[in-house]
Amino acid sequence: MFLADADGLAAWQKIYSVLTSPRCINCHTATNYPQQGDDRHRHFANVIRGPQDKGVVALNCATCHQSTNADSTGVPGAHGWHLAPLSMKWQDLNDRPLPSSEVCRSVKSQLDGPHLLKHHEGEALVLWSWSPGRRPDGTMRTLPPMTHPEFVEATRQWLKAGRPCP
Amino acid sequence: MKAFHLRVNGERKSVTVDPSTPLLWVLREELHMTGTKYGCGIGACGACAVHLGGLATRSCLVPVSLIGDRDVVTIEAMSHDAVGRIVQNAWVDKDVVQCGYCQSGQIMSVVALLKSNRAPSDTNIEESLGGNLCRCGTYVRIREAVKSAATKLA
Repeated sequence: MFLADADGLAAWQKIYSVLTSPRCINCHTATNYPQQGDDRHRHFANVIRGPQDKGVVALNCATCHQSTNADSTGVPGAHGWHLAPLSMKWQDLNDRPLPSSEVCRSVKSQLDGPHLLKHHEGEALVLWSWSPGRRPDGTMRTLPPMTHPEFVEATRQWLKAGRPCP
Repeated sequence: MKAFHLRVNGERKSVTVDPSTPLLWVLREELHMTGTKYGCGIGACGACAVHLGGLATRSCLVPVSLIGDRDVVTIEAMSHDAVGRIVQNAWVDKDVVQCGYCQSGQIMSVVALLKSNRAPSDTNIEESLGGNLCRCGTYVRIREAVKSAATKLA
């Protein structure tokens, strides 16, 4: 294995650790509903995915989630709140994160390098993961396992190494 | 405390409240519009549903500071709304209500559904009203009323 491959794979593992953290995977589900919380339980209130991944009429994501966090009520928010499409699920039907290799190939098939970097750098819902606001009990939601700049840098390193997958 | 200028049911309203105050309490306590009900306060029951910018919204969860320039429409406006009036009539025809506490939220969700889908299936109804709880168990009559209203709107 070339050093570049090893570096690239190490960078991917950093990315994977973020993608499968609750702040990301709760909306990258394999089910017809989102999840919530660090224990990734089913979203309450019978919320379902809907045909466009934004809930259904009268029970849209935007029925509760606004364009920014509502810390006084504990509801997280960011512009365009929605589920990731099923094609970008990071878990299996038993709620287990998909293996690193499978997520890696899925990411590669969904977005080319520039689009992936743009998504990780500036997509509102990605950025929200590092500013997830307060839970209804007033405590702060947990963050992904690295800072956003570290995440973007890992993405750059992975792209630079040719997007190797385990 | 901060002043907010809202448009509620087509009328300009001004309130001075803490920015974190949920819309529900602005409606009920400041504007004395008590048709919108407090049920759970966590968005789980749907009793507080209103339309915000045209979307059915849980008013107990939205701080007034996040409303912006979006129109607020409540149950009080439904008798003057073409779809709302038909839904309310269907509610009477089918004798839907038992205790009635959840029904303003139910009707707001149904009006949102029928404005988007004039011929909802049973699945559409169950999914769209899945977040509106009725502890009296009037779900069967609610579905009949929704279908009756949809027939009149067809």
